[in-house]
Amino acid sequence: MSSFAQFGNELYTGKRSFDIVGRQKTWYAVSLVLLILASIGLFGRGLNVGLEFKGGSEFRVSSVTNVDNFEARGKTAVGTLATGSDVVVTFLSNTNTVRIQTERFDNALTAKVESALASEFKVADNKISASTIGASWGASVSQKAITALIWFLILVSLVLALYFRTWKMSLAALIALAHDLVITVGIYALAGFEVTPASVIGFLTILGYSLYDTVVVFDKVRENTLLAAGSGRLSFSQAANQAVNQTLVRSINTSVVALLPVASILFIGFFLLGPGTLLDLSLALFVGIAVGTYSSIFIATPVLADLREREPAMQQLKKRAERYQAGQARQTASAPAASGPDVQDGPDIQDRAAVTAGTGTSATGRPLHPSVQTGPRNQPKRPPKSKR
Amino acid sequence: MAFNPRNRGPLRTLAALFVIVFGLYGFLGAVSTWGDAQRTPKLGLDLEGGTQLILQPKLVGNQTINEGQITKAVDIIRQRVNGSGISEAEVTTQGGSNIVVSLPGTPDKATIESLKKSSQLRFRAVLVEGSAAPTPVPTSTGTPTGTPTSTATATAAATGKATATAKAAGTATPTAKSGYPPALAAATTPAPTGTATPGATATPGTTATASPTTAPAGKPANASDPAWITPDVQAAYTALNCAKPKDIEAIVDDPAKPMVTCSVDGRAKYILGPAEVLGSEVSNATSGQQQTQGGSTGIWEVRLDFNAAGTKAFGDVTSRLVVLPPPRNQFAIVLDNLVISAPVTQAALTAGNASITGSFTAASSKVLADQIKFGALPMSFTVLTQDDISPTLGGDQLRRGLLAGLIGLILVVGYSLFQYRVLGLVTVSSLVIAASITYAAVTLFGWSYGFRLTMAGVTGLIVSIGITADSFIIYFERVRDEVRDGRALRAAVETGWVRGRRTILISDAVNFLAAIVLYVLAASNVRGFAFTLMLTTIIDIVVVMLFTHPLLSILANTKFFGEGHKWSGLDPERLGARTVTYAGRGRVTIAARRAAAEGNQS
Repeated sequence: MSSFAQFGNELYTGKRSFDIVGRQKTWYAVSLVLLILASIGLFGRGLNVGLEFKGGSEFRVSSVTNVDNFEARGKTAVGTLATGSDVVVTFLSNTNTVRIQTERFDNALTAKVESALASEFKVADNKISASTIGASWGASVSQKAITALIWFLILVSLVLALYFRTWKMSLAALIALAHDLVITVGIYALAGFEVTPASVIGFLTILGYSLYDTVVVFDKVRENTLLAAGSGRLSFSQAANQAVNQTLVRSINTSVVALLPVASILFIGFFLLGPGTLLDLSLALFVGIAVGTYSSIFIATPVLADLREREPAMQQLKKRAERYQAGQARQTASAPAASGPDVQDGPDIQDRAAVTAGTGTSATGRPLHPSVQTGPRNQPKRPPKSKR
Repeated sequence: MAFNPRNRGPLRTLAALFVIVFGLYGFLGAVSTWGDAQRTPKLGLDLEGGTQLILQPKLVGNQTINEGQITKAVDIIRQRVNGSGISEAEVTTQGGSNIVVSLPGTPDKATIESLKKSSQLRFRAVLVEGSAAPTPVPTSTGTPTGTPTSTATATAAATGKATATAKAAGTATPTAKSGYPPALAAATTPAPTGTATPGATATPGTTATASPTTAPAGKPANASDPAWITPDVQAAYTALNCAKPKDIEAIVDDPAKPMVTCSVDGRAKYILGPAEVLGSEVSNATSGQQQTQGGSTGIWEVRLDFNAAGTKAFGDVTSRLVVLPPPRNQFAIVLDNLVISAPVTQAALTAGNASITGSFTAASSKVLADQIKFGALPMSFTVLTQDDISPTLGGDQLRRGLLAGLIGLILVVGYSLFQYRVLGLVTVSSLVIAASITYAAVTLFGWSYGFRLTMAGVTGLIVSIGITADSFIIYFERVRDEVRDGRALRAAVETGWVRGRRTILISDAVNFLAAIVLYVLAASNVRGFAFTLMLTTIIDIVVVMLFTHPLLSILANTKFFGEGHKWSGLDPERLGARTVTYAGRGRVTIAARRAAAEGNQS
């Protein structure tokens, strides 16, 4: 516990810093692997779309006398004939009818299922009727949902571009969003779970969460990079990296808090309930929240830094920062014994971070021991003109 | 505890929050005790079960329906049954032609009726209007008349004037006649430009009445041409008795032909020209009180917006009708074969919107607006079966889901205490407040708007714990950052709040945007999701603004937090505040201790 607060302190001050933005290639590679896995799930295996989307067959067993445990019995009766198909069993109480909805069966299978149901529920064959049902989540519902999504994405890009004063943040946020959705849906496909309206709602929740988390991180990035642009002590990437590090504790705390309830649902769903809406939903949410947190740190911010670093102004900032940091490093090296960080004046955090991000002579931020120092003490070398 | 004047502001905010919370629960208690609300949230189809209706289309003669029509019908019924999208009803087809509607709970008779009904909305010009008796009362308008020739030019000028009035004054057109028929005016957008000649509107109608009668031969020139009244039509009109249900059943509504029909209240009957504007050309219909510059008039109206085709057609109709003598300056709004309203055209309305006024109440104007908006269902249905259905998810799914949620919540509490020590209690109490507001809101929306919680909704709410807690975490981390920078706690709370608030607001704004867009544009379950998201986002902001922040401000004034007790979670030393902190009573502790520590290290 105390070490965690310590960890937070060190991250904040820059004493400890993970080079997240600088090692973007690693994260891109990790994500690429995940995305490839997800696409294998998506395109290779394909999404298992539930009967709410494509319609199916419906059997009605009327005049059932013994309805105990009708759900399990109905499922087993159909499950033995058509393995792996999704079966929804409901009971219509005023006519004592058990309604069983399945994916669409051909005529031969329908007949078999009818007789299986008849023997299971002990009714005459003529008490069973079969018909086809259409999709309750029809094409028009999907169409509208997709239109709504596209409008949402356009609007959110505009809002973010206005708020952050750069479209690049919108782009980076959208990339992270797409990344999260593809991975979540892909893992869903890999697991072979069926996509129901409930899971679509789960995906939408992920969409909201992913954007939310990215915006929180970006807000800190915005703040730090503005500071950096003013002081010229850090390049854009360094400032962004510092922001990510400073929000790391918050990101960890938030994702733990968000994941704990979902994890407990997942746990109970897995061990107590078995497959069902709860398990499907909680898996989608668990994966989505985890990936969403990951992407806002490891994907969105590096992508943003890559985008912004190409700007001439940012290139200039980088040069300024390099000059400044080189100067700082020399200063620290030349006068280490005299100055612990506490004595240094000026409350701003930038110079500290700059020290760490500098040439590495004092990577831990601690002053070097006099014995380690080199060079004459009283005559600081004048640096050559090109490096000034 | 002595009253600290610094706490006045925060205490006031807290008081406001408690007023809101107690207000919500008081209201909930009142409507559940004296009204018909229940004290628990309404549950969706998958958790509670409900009623299933199988609707079979009524086919006349050898009429057939194709898949496209049935899909359209499903969409319309889905709109009707679940217009706001939050009751999570399911509509699907069965066997290619039947429609299966599954509703949570037990629907009342009116709901079932509204599902069965066809609805075809058309606008037709009135040719003849009479009282509902079988023989028409010979009014001045009852005789077939030709189009006026000599007066036409004069009235055209008047029309121009009237149009101008309608455009400039917007709502200023006064209702010329009292009572039936209702007046039609340009839809209400109060224009600042004023009050130009309201009297002009009434003129065209009165000047043109005494038109000469010449029986026209051949084809009718337009939809208002009396030549549509063939002897057959005239005979049907004479025979029609609006008091007889059988007569009403027999009314045929063929869009290409003139029709003979009754008003929906049975007080008048009409011969109408062929249909000119179709219900599908109305893009939106809303109900509300008529607005003028002076504010609400208290008259209920139904406002219509037309799409491009409708705007053109409606503009043409009104431009033509406005110069005609009564009753031919009226047009009839025909819904399901009956005239629901036959307003007098007071101006040519070419702007693509219109309003219908009449003897509406709040409820009847809403019904009409909904009927028009949710549009043309080209067939009516019979209810084949009506069954009670069991929940698709067993009761133990919900029970265990809630159990899981509870365990999750306990874990969250444990984690926050671990992370933030006593400050964690602020998180926990904020979450408790958020949860209680959510519970009341969900229950109240269940009562007033038919909001129902499905399994997906329940998990959505559980996830919202994370997003709500995140607001606190952002806030606390900001405060800690400020403490690390060496600010005294009270100042740290304020600056941390100002900075954290910005982040909280923008990230919630994104969520809110998602909710609004999805709610407005999507259908069915997605709308239910959007509604839940909207609710939790608003509650998140309310709680962090009205509870967490004031509470923390007050706590910052206490000794325990203000001086950074070890267990407060805001201990400057543990947070590594690096500049000198004046800790009160002349102690300057941190720097000295830290300096010592640094000395030992190096």
